[in-house]
Amino acid sequence: MKTANKPVSEPLVHVVKRDALPLWKSLLIRVLAVVAALLFCSLLSVLMIHANPFEFIDTMFDGSFGSSRRLWKFAKDAAVLLCISLAVTPAFRMRFWNIGAEGQTLIGALSAVAVMIYLGNKVPNGVLLILMFIASVTVGAIWGCIPAIFKAKWQTNETLFTLMMNYVATGLVAYFLLLWTPSGSSVLGELSVGHLPAIGHDYLLLIIAVLVLTVLLYIYLQYTKQGYEISVVGESENTARYIGINVNKVIIRTMLLSGALCGVAGFLIVGALDHSIATTTVGGMGFTAIMVSWMAKFNPLIMIGTSAFITFLDQGAAQITTNFDIDSAFPSMVVGIVLFFVIGCEFFIGYKPKFRQNIHKGGKA
Amino acid sequence: MFKKILSLCLAVLMVAALAVSMASCNKSDADFKLGVILLHSETSTYDLNFIEAVNRAKEQLGLSDSQVIMMRDIPESNAVYEAAADLVDQGCDVIFANSFGHETYLLKAAKEFTDVEFCHATGTMAHTEKLDNFHNAFASIYEGRYLAGVAAGMKLNEMIEAGTITAEEAKMGYVGAFTYAEVISGYTSFYLGAKSVCPSVTMDVQFTGEWYDEIKEKDAATALINNNCVLISQHADSMGAPSVCEEKNVPNVSYNGSTVASCPNTFIVSSKIDWTPYFVYICEQAMAGKAIAADWTGTLATGSVALSDVNTQAAAAGTVEKLAEVKAALQDGSLKVFNTATFTKDGETLTSYMADVDTDETFTPDTEAIKDGYFHESEYRSAPYFDIQIDGITLLNTKF
Repeated sequence: MKTANKPVSEPLVHVVKRDALPLWKSLLIRVLAVVAALLFCSLLSVLMIHANPFEFIDTMFDGSFGSSRRLWKFAKDAAVLLCISLAVTPAFRMRFWNIGAEGQTLIGALSAVAVMIYLGNKVPNGVLLILMFIASVTVGAIWGCIPAIFKAKWQTNETLFTLMMNYVATGLVAYFLLLWTPSGSSVLGELSVGHLPAIGHDYLLLIIAVLVLTVLLYIYLQYTKQGYEISVVGESENTARYIGINVNKVIIRTMLLSGALCGVAGFLIVGALDHSIATTTVGGMGFTAIMVSWMAKFNPLIMIGTSAFITFLDQGAAQITTNFDIDSAFPSMVVGIVLFFVIGCEFFIGYKPKFRQNIHKGGKA
Repeated sequence: MFKKILSLCLAVLMVAALAVSMASCNKSDADFKLGVILLHSETSTYDLNFIEAVNRAKEQLGLSDSQVIMMRDIPESNAVYEAAADLVDQGCDVIFANSFGHETYLLKAAKEFTDVEFCHATGTMAHTEKLDNFHNAFASIYEGRYLAGVAAGMKLNEMIEAGTITAEEAKMGYVGAFTYAEVISGYTSFYLGAKSVCPSVTMDVQFTGEWYDEIKEKDAATALINNNCVLISQHADSMGAPSVCEEKNVPNVSYNGSTVASCPNTFIVSSKIDWTPYFVYICEQAMAGKAIAADWTGTLATGSVALSDVNTQAAAAGTVEKLAEVKAALQDGSLKVFNTATFTKDGETLTSYMADVDTDETFTPDTEAIKDGYFHESEYRSAPYFDIQIDGITLLNTKF
């Protein structure tokens, strides 16, 4: 209805909910967001570090794809991040905000190293690896399930609880490092036992293992009864109760799974990469994993893409630090800006801005 | 016809360009590359000290930007091996890593890339691994700390003479990171320096269990001051202890560089390791095709052990002159920092001490370090191994 005397109080822009976009359109918006973010960052790089913008973008890509070695490192880093992201996903799908993946992974890694220290050279390497695996998975699962039990029994806040468990895990690692390094340096160094065998390339086994886990978790969440129960609990605990799901049991079972998957990640980090432990072994990946999982809308297959994307950003940022000989503050900012654009664009996928119709009095339609 | 001339001209031009580029290649060392692996970046005083040294060495040697590649924020994990391998791919001839925990992973790279030289600061394994291309380095920083201790002792004497404290109240506080040789050697030499001029001095040491944790270092310094320590020094990497001292107006002896800018009233002096001579040394040796020493210990003489300017605002009168005198005695060998006549353990003078010089998994002591009346620090390997708890120093917490 067009009336000439319509009051001009309508705002310039208002936001309306979109109908579901076709996949290609939503993908296009995301790609545009990344492109816009990179352009914005190159502009910043010109202003702040006086870099040539083409060189800046080139360096971002060089970090992950500059040589076959970097490509392998990229795939490996993405796989480790993906593994931890897989671990947080089942809990997130049931709206259990587990931010303790850092500690669950670290404690899994610590358990593997404990087995290496106390049983190394006493049992054959194959047996040692199996024991390391069992120790990591078990202890990781226990670590994950402690907050779940408290949540189920006493309604404690799982976010705070899982967060605090991270610090306990770090403290335990610091304690054992003191115990294991009588010189007092708290630096354990690479141990000579408990190395996972290399098939083809050093990192190939790890990458394959994580991809297999990804598919398995996808099937578990999408096609099994337990996976469905997780989704129902996530939608509404009351509905879940109404249809006869034991909510507490689902919470504890799911956190056991989350913790166990973190344990696997810890085992892989120790067995395939570091062969040692430090308080920084997980290096914040337990928190980055939350973003990976969230950006993929808790879908394990899409998480392959999101973990690769975040790894790409991190490696690109590191390469910028090296090539432009600057401290890491600017590259970290770049990562933050890109993520801001990418997460911000989700808004434009769900909603669209609508501009005020330009109706001037006497204007032509 | 025109095309022919043009192509001829281009050909001539290309040959000329080639000749010019060849000529620049012929200038020896033009394709030499140094790779540096750092634990953190400029935000850590420890890493900043290395970065500045690399840049000074680069200038001294006339290296171009593309000849020095620094990789920052490399944790003490397999990431070191990956960084080293990446630097090899980029054509580095010498690769240096700066953190103690980097060592085993750098060693792995050294075993794989045998035609590249690997140098590691603060490490302990070169003299036992015996690889041609893996080297350790450190500096006799205990001499620097001894000098800083002398300045501290003189400040205590000044306070005693002024009547602010009695001789018995001359107690210093020390914030340390971990209870191991590098830190023990450091605080003991600092204490002995102070004791050489102020015989009644005692010292409390509080550990943080972290190399860089500003809050913990602040807390430790505060606890020491509340525990009647009248002068503070530290071996940890943040501004925690110096800033507390400035706030509470307690004299401070700093580390890793002068903190006079933020602490004008309390900063006395600071010792640090200047890594420039080592970077120059390893680059020159590699460029000349000569071997790099398995263990290299920088000294006062090489310029590796450096003292900042004395802040006359806080230091006792005559400090500069006294430091010059002690420094000369250290350099000509007439003064030994760990002279066994100057300290006791459990009331006894030591005549023998087996130190853990060769790193092994059980940390067994293996080398007699006391000879000719003094402890031979940094002689059997570059990294410190003095780890004796001597009388006069109280460790408030030993869990680290």
